[in-house]
Amino acid sequence: MPGQTIIEKIIQTHSDETVAPGRIVWMELDVRTARDFAGANVVQNFRTHYSNSPVADASKTFFTFDCVVPAKTIPYANNQHICRRWAREQGIKVYDVDAGIGSHVAIEEGLAYPGCTFVGTDSHLNILGAIGAFGQGMGDQDIAFGFKTGKTWFEVPPTMKVMIEGDLRPPCTARDLTLAVLRELGSSGALGRAVEFYGSAIEDLDLSGRITLASQITEMGGIIGFIPPSEEVLAFCRERAGRGMPGVYADPNAEYCEVVEVDITDLEPLIACPPNPANVKPVRELAGTRIDSVFLGSCTNGRFEDFAAVAEVVEGKRIAPWVMASVVPATRKVYARMLQEGVLQALFEAGFIISNPGCGGCASGQIGMTGQGQVQVSTSNRNFRGKQGAGDTYLASPLTAAWAALRGEITVPQ
Amino acid sequence: MKPTKIRGRIWVLTDPDGKMYDDVDTDMIFHNRHLHITEVAEMGQYALGNLQGWEDFARECQPGDIVIAGANFGAGSSRQQAVDCFRALGVGGLIAESYGAIYKRNAINSGFPILTLPHLSEIAGEFENGDELQVNFETGQLVLNDEKAYQAQPFSKVQADIYQSGNLFAYGKTLGG
Ligand code: SF4
Repeated sequence: MPGQTIIEKIIQTHSDETVAPGRIVWMELDVRTARDFAGANVVQNFRTHYSNSPVADASKTFFTFDCVVPAKTIPYANNQHICRRWAREQGIKVYDVDAGIGSHVAIEEGLAYPGCTFVGTDSHLNILGAIGAFGQGMGDQDIAFGFKTGKTWFEVPPTMKVMIEGDLRPPCTARDLTLAVLRELGSSGALGRAVEFYGSAIEDLDLSGRITLASQITEMGGIIGFIPPSEEVLAFCRERAGRGMPGVYADPNAEYCEVVEVDITDLEPLIACPPNPANVKPVRELAGTRIDSVFLGSCTNGRFEDFAAVAEVVEGKRIAPWVMASVVPATRKVYARMLQEGVLQALFEAGFIISNPGCGGCASGQIGMTGQGQVQVSTSNRNFRGKQGAGDTYLASPLTAAWAALRGEITVPQ
Repeated sequence: MKPTKIRGRIWVLTDPDGKMYDDVDTDMIFHNRHLHITEVAEMGQYALGNLQGWEDFARECQPGDIVIAGANFGAGSSRQQAVDCFRALGVGGLIAESYGAIYKRNAINSGFPILTLPHLSEIAGEFENGDELQVNFETGQLVLNDEKAYQAQPFSKVQADIYQSGNLFAYGKTLGG
């Protein structure tokens, strides 16, 4: 009997059926959520099929508004309010427009914890692999069904293993490591698979670095990427969730469909050129490219540590006069800590525009879009044509973005 | 109980050179210019309407016919219409080498029988339009023209549960609560 990988183990503890790659099984959902995108469709599906009946368990059901917060058009406002009113009827808690990005709120509030199963209408919910939890984005019909029954079906994917060789050294960050993996795997290297990450550089990552890496599995075509939780991550999650839980780890004899090694011994800062997140080049090759704007935030690099690193670079200086730079903290908690520890002040004085927490520039251009010919360096996760406007978006680490803002051109961080 | 065995005439989705089509995306199955349609009954007429050589499929297809397709069928968008257009025509089932992940979810959720026949491309030449195929959802066995047998992946428990109930939501009601 072969051992099980992380995803197989998590699904197995939530299913009565035999779990193996390629099998479709029913599984129990510990948490089911909807965000403002598709949330109103979930409500409509629920009403059509289950009329006024209650959800399976309101205490395990949540709304998290993060895409367009607060709503900037009447249709968005209407949709959010449809969710709010229905949530009130059902006794469902809403993390409203002030809370921040749903997947991050889930980790901070302890709604998600290692080994749990968590679904919602956000395609980046697989970010929960950062704490060793199963997270998955789904369509509005699937989520309405999850609200009503507390379960879903899932085709167990094969798992691949990615071994990182070497240690991460400044000025390289978790984002550069993530870009190195993207360069190696390309946009479909993890297609239809779960991924597990190993190596000393992975073990050393703090939670924000783990979130950065896990957030880009979608851009590699993968189902989810697991970073086996460290003691530090477990302690954080236990404290937030208010209960003990073991981490879920793969069996030593688990079976992997492929093992890939990524060597970061001589890693240098990397950047993904438009129009594809997997179009990765050394920052060095683009040094000197004049830029017009910088965006810091998103579910990939919207953590306190990311902004603190930027503040350290720009503190006491001014960004280049022709650069528009904006900052969107992932959550209210991140915002609060930035406020308390002087990070907001440093960024403000350097000339950054500071927004309330949420998806910010990533979804629907809440904090502004790029115009034709505009060159932007962004710490978000996608640079497809049109995604952040009509301009050209380069994806890079907060450090690379900070130096770009300061110099007004793409610069290798020092 | 809905039938777990069907028998029907097949359509093999080949290109003008007679080669099996791979990567047929949802725009070829149900073009985005028809996306405003919400009545399932009206969707049938547009099925495969944007796949070269298959523009007349909707007129020629008979209820109970079975569609045979290549790899990554239903790639692309999440539109449910790309499944519902076949249901509207009364297509009995779909057999492909593999599916786009969301297409597969949508088909299973709407109780539309789909089966996977791995390595289908290697034997595609043995199937011809108009041949008769028997399909057993429970065992995955396929029999062509009462002669040749093939082994597809049978329905999973999930697929059988949802298929028997009609669709995902109807299945949810059988769970009580
Ligand atoms: S920041 Fe962007 S990618 Fe992340 S959850 Fe929000 S919209 Fe999705």
